[in-house]
Amino acid sequence: MNNELIIEIDNLTVDYPTENESVRALDGVDLKIYQHDFICVLGPSGCGKSTLLNVIAGFTRPSDGTFLMQGQPVAGPDRQRGVVFQSASLYPWMSVRKNVEFGPKIKGLPAAEINRIASHYLDQVHLLEVADQPPFQLSGGMKQRVALARALANEPAILLLDEPFGALDALTRIHMQQLVRKIWQEDQNTIFMITHDVDEALSLGTRLLVMSKSPGTIIQEFNVAFCDRVDERTGRVHVDADYLARREEILDLIDV
Amino acid sequence: MQNKKDFNKNHRMLTLLTWAFIFLVWFLITRFNLVSHLIVPSPGEVIQTFISIVKDGYNGISLWEHLGISMLRLLIASLLAIVTAVPLGLFSGYFSKVGAVVDSIVQFYRPLPPLAYYVVLILWLGIDESSKITLLYLAAFAPIYIACVSAVSNIRVEYLLSAKSLGASGKDLFFQIVFPACLPDIFTSIRTAVGVAYTTLVSAEMIAATSGLGWMVIDASRYLKSSVIFVGIIIMGISGVLIDQGLKALEKKIVFWKGYQ
Repeated sequence: MNNELIIEIDNLTVDYPTENESVRALDGVDLKIYQHDFICVLGPSGCGKSTLLNVIAGFTRPSDGTFLMQGQPVAGPDRQRGVVFQSASLYPWMSVRKNVEFGPKIKGLPAAEINRIASHYLDQVHLLEVADQPPFQLSGGMKQRVALARALANEPAILLLDEPFGALDALTRIHMQQLVRKIWQEDQNTIFMITHDVDEALSLGTRLLVMSKSPGTIIQEFNVAFCDRVDERTGRVHVDADYLARREEILDLIDV
Repeated sequence: MQNKKDFNKNHRMLTLLTWAFIFLVWFLITRFNLVSHLIVPSPGEVIQTFISIVKDGYNGISLWEHLGISMLRLLIASLLAIVTAVPLGLFSGYFSKVGAVVDSIVQFYRPLPPLAYYVVLILWLGIDESSKITLLYLAAFAPIYIACVSAVSNIRVEYLLSAKSLGASGKDLFFQIVFPACLPDIFTSIRTAVGVAYTTLVSAEMIAATSGLGWMVIDASRYLKSSVIFVGIIIMGISGVLIDQGLKALEKKIVFWKGYQ
């Protein structure tokens, strides 16, 4: 791997304080994320996948260990790490376009530039024609596309997706996966995605991380390239013996 | 859609029938002299009194002046309450230290009967407009303040986290996310607050006033002019409903996303 190192996590531990004792959510996580990685994190529910994402986003402070972004410690959330949640959490008082423009506007870019960026990313997620609508009139998949465009508009160093397609129907999911794959290939983004769907992970990711039950830690990593074998038209992976073997292996690891 | 229309139509019909019934009972009670006219004046008397007050005013002051001065007091007090309670409430909800300072004061005076502190206000501010407006202001302040504090704590966490990840902090976060996210609750509380302020209007106009709807009702009660009392109460009721409808229309326009979060 010759790509630039973006995130370096070493021996990361997170404890959540409860009433009388603290609960360990993450235990000794080591992870290096490089430019243009597409990381998919899999694991049983409650394994700390979301905690790991929250630490990287800057929402949760690590209790122990180091977390460096481009060599610097992270103090809190900032525009370098864009987040898309399972629920789109778009601002209903802003139009679709204003939602996408939010980041660039905060950054203080000139108006023409803000407009150009918003148009570009709305076009990339095929939503230019609904730009002036309020977001609550859109379908679930469209909302998630706006959320994606909003995060992309800041051109973050890494995109964090927390089960972004979890609430969508099967067909919309495949379309969304196709879209994310295309954006990742075109824009050379770095993506860290949490999913509970092994097929989704296999069809998108270049690195699949499998986590154990709590306290969560990464138990195995798979380097895969099934995303190169996706049918352009249907968006589905060509399933072969190799794919099925990987799928079995991962399911065995998760389902203990 | 058609069904919903029919449904609304049915409901409006029910409302109309209810009022027709109330008028009928009122008419019958007075028609057959079931109670003294001094206690319940007949609809005819009330209408006549209304016409004469519209024409000649009450106590030398026209009805519009009575209505106008009451509305002016209500308007000034409500506006003052909005511009102070909204920022203070949002700050209290957002910065717990501000909350620690302001919360207990509001909680202390809120359950007090307005008349109890009105005497103190008169002592401090005198008997003219300022004590009256302050009384209405205090009545309107508490509901807005309390709603703002709770609105901040009910903001969806993802709204704030997304904004921070998009680079927002401090001022931007407060004005572009916290404030609009609380607007639906703010509007509901303004409607409550104006209603509460209106109910204390009579108290405010009871002491040392010479005009205003509340004063008109109090003054009429001293001379047992029950038809004037009825006119006053009906005008207050109708104007109260109209004010609320106006606020509702404003709410629909400004907080167009309400219910769609």
